[in-house]
Amino acid sequence: MFTYYLDLARRSFKRNVALTVLMVLAIAFGVGASMTTLTVLHVLAADPIPGKSQHLYYVQLDPEKANGYLPGKEPADQSTRADAEALVRAGRADRQAMMTGGRAAVEPERAGLAPFFISGRWTSADFFAMFNAPFLAGRGWTAADDAGNARVTVVSQLLAEKLFGTTDVVGRSVRVEGTPLRIVGVLARWRLTPWFYDLSSDRYGKGEELFVPFSTSRELKLTRNGNMNCWDASPDPEALGATCEWIQLWVELGSTAKADAYREFLVRYSEQEKAAGRYQRPPNVRLRSVPEWLAYKEVVPNDARLQTWIALGFLLVCLINTVGLLLTKFLRRSMEIGVRRALGASKRSIFVQLLVEAGMIGLAGGCLGLGLAWLGLWTVRHQPTSYADLATLDLPMLAATFALAVVTSLLAGLLPAWRGCQVTPALQLKSH
Amino acid sequence: MHFMPILSSLRRHRTAAALIAIEIALTCAIVCNAIFLVGDRLARMDQPSGIVEDELVRVRLAGIGKDRTDASALTNQDLNALRAIPGVKSTASADQVPFANSSWNSDVSTIPDDPAPPVNGAMYVGSADLLETLGVTLTAGRDFTPDEYIEFDAMQTSTAHMPSVIITRGIAERLFPGKSPLGQPVYIWGKEPQIVVGVIDRLARPNNVKPGAQDYAFVLPVFVPYTIGGTYLLRVAPDRRAEVIAAIDATLNKVDPSRIISDRTTFTEIRKEFFRQDRSMAGLLVGVCAALLVVTALGVIGLASFWVQQRTRQIGTRRALGATRRDIVRYFQTENFILATIGIIIGMALAYAINLWLMDKYQVGRLPAVFLPFGALLLWGLGQIAVLGPALRAASIPPAIATRSV
Repeated sequence: MFTYYLDLARRSFKRNVALTVLMVLAIAFGVGASMTTLTVLHVLAADPIPGKSQHLYYVQLDPEKANGYLPGKEPADQSTRADAEALVRAGRADRQAMMTGGRAAVEPERAGLAPFFISGRWTSADFFAMFNAPFLAGRGWTAADDAGNARVTVVSQLLAEKLFGTTDVVGRSVRVEGTPLRIVGVLARWRLTPWFYDLSSDRYGKGEELFVPFSTSRELKLTRNGNMNCWDASPDPEALGATCEWIQLWVELGSTAKADAYREFLVRYSEQEKAAGRYQRPPNVRLRSVPEWLAYKEVVPNDARLQTWIALGFLLVCLINTVGLLLTKFLRRSMEIGVRRALGASKRSIFVQLLVEAGMIGLAGGCLGLGLAWLGLWTVRHQPTSYADLATLDLPMLAATFALAVVTSLLAGLLPAWRGCQVTPALQLKSH
Repeated sequence: MHFMPILSSLRRHRTAAALIAIEIALTCAIVCNAIFLVGDRLARMDQPSGIVEDELVRVRLAGIGKDRTDASALTNQDLNALRAIPGVKSTASADQVPFANSSWNSDVSTIPDDPAPPVNGAMYVGSADLLETLGVTLTAGRDFTPDEYIEFDAMQTSTAHMPSVIITRGIAERLFPGKSPLGQPVYIWGKEPQIVVGVIDRLARPNNVKPGAQDYAFVLPVFVPYTIGGTYLLRVAPDRRAEVIAAIDATLNKVDPSRIISDRTTFTEIRKEFFRQDRSMAGLLVGVCAALLVVTALGVIGLASFWVQQRTRQIGTRRALGATRRDIVRYFQTENFILATIGIIIGMALAYAINLWLMDKYQVGRLPAVFLPFGALLLWGLGQIAVLGPALRAASIPPAIATRSV
């Protein structure tokens, strides 16, 4: 029976090729546009560190002067160096890391290669384990290295290859701003989307290439990158006692109970600092998990969301267009349907027959839409945005596209098929 | 025109008529909002900077190793050497430039230690020729005198004080509405005030800020060496920019070859880069609008064609009874006009609702009322054009068809 319906549908398409093509194209463009934008949104809004995002927390304190304090106001986005060092030293979380983005000149030993700048991260020992940084060779430095301002570094695979032509470089040294640092580890290719641990960095970029202990970076006076907020003039805003916020502080806590305990610890810490006269405001702390932090900072670009809504609106118009055309087409065949009904076809079989015809149009549109989505993403990849190269159809999105195509086709066919099968056979036969 | 027969025929095809009206409504609503958003983006891309954009070249450089005691002297040598390149009119160091994203800002107030400063503005500092090089328009007062400048280190450590400031018209109007800001004290940096000595018409900020704050910027007399600002600006005759850019590396390396020059860009490119996202969004919106209108037009054509086919005999009968070709065309045109009008009325309400939702979620402005009649005209026009083909085909049906059985 099904093949008979397919054959009927094929005949119906042949009778009006232009219209069939129009309906297929409308669905294809709607599905294509929607899937392109949904894929981009999916890439941008995905969990950057699955399995761990609920255990990593961003710490915010409120060390600023009393002037300007309003109850309920959000504390500053970043921490002072004094607070960050104190909390890392306290070690109350399972793991903790303080960090800042930075930039440094690297002088290659290879002949014929000029010095160049790379972006890096000045951080503390737990960083690599907390953010699942994958090591190709060697490992991160230790807390002892942090304490001793050790001249050590972890480099990216890319930097190792650029400097030495190989990744087998553990134990060798690299000259950073004139000081040789011993390489203790090489990171394999690594990409967090976005680089959530520091949102002032290039969020969707290729990543940093040089990792140096924070303490060492201060002794070498390596350049820092990112935002800084100061509330009193300081001779050196990067000094330990400076009233400037410029450090990101992350902690890892294995359970929500631990998170609650750590939040209390932060309140107690703020109270102590206030009692000691260093803080002027009442305790005002935040401890946000990765998803909460990303939501708070509104990380997903509004434009990407807006584009998705526009594409879905477009799909809706295409869908209504197809429904309207199919409906008219089916109703025009009332006579044919009437004859089939009179010859014994049930309402049900007419419904199925028409649904098969609508479904074929939807399916063809969906498949073509998949191709268009692929083309759309190819275009996105050739845009000069930093997240461009991430825009690829992964397996779940491929499945979603297929589901969207099927749902679209069924939606497009349902109403026309139902209306079509309501034809009363006697009336149709009588009038002709 | 006879509305009643058309209405009764539409009533018989209620579902199809409703679908096409809804399609027109959705298209109208989306197109109105999309065109409004495009206008918004274009306005943002057209945002004036207040500087002589087609004459400016930016150079970014940095030294290896930090503690350079001769940074200020070296900066002056660099600027002199760059000024000597043929085609260069003036040069300056700077901490930031408009439309370059990373920004340095400070609060500005008329009282000391203001708990709620009325203005947060972009803080521009640089070398003595900064205003001259940027080409900003001084509308009142004067430029800084050489003795007003202090060194950047002295500013950081608060060992010296900046006596004066030049503010934009935006700040002047916000802080001193209706009176001259010249000679007024403002508190920006340190315990002592800066006296306003000049007002510039406009100097855009480096980053995108909320609409009203875009005009807030000020210049302080602080000498910034390349080790801090990392930026040199060159004012060049527009047609000589390429040749000046080609000469920059050699000129700076002759002063001191130990620096890394990372960027030599015309301001035209900086602007283009900064507004890239807006441009691609505007392009996308225009594309979607066009696609929507095409789909809707094809929908109208498809439906009208079916109806013409379906009513072939009816049309033939009307023609036989004396209706002119013109009457037949008019019939389909009126039918389309009715459908479009229903769609447009629903579309207006929908456009307004979508705009309210966008305002709430994406900080979009209020849709100006002029967009609604514009959208209505667009869809009326589109409907009439789309229906013309099928209507003419209907008009060409010969009256004799009425006598034949179909």
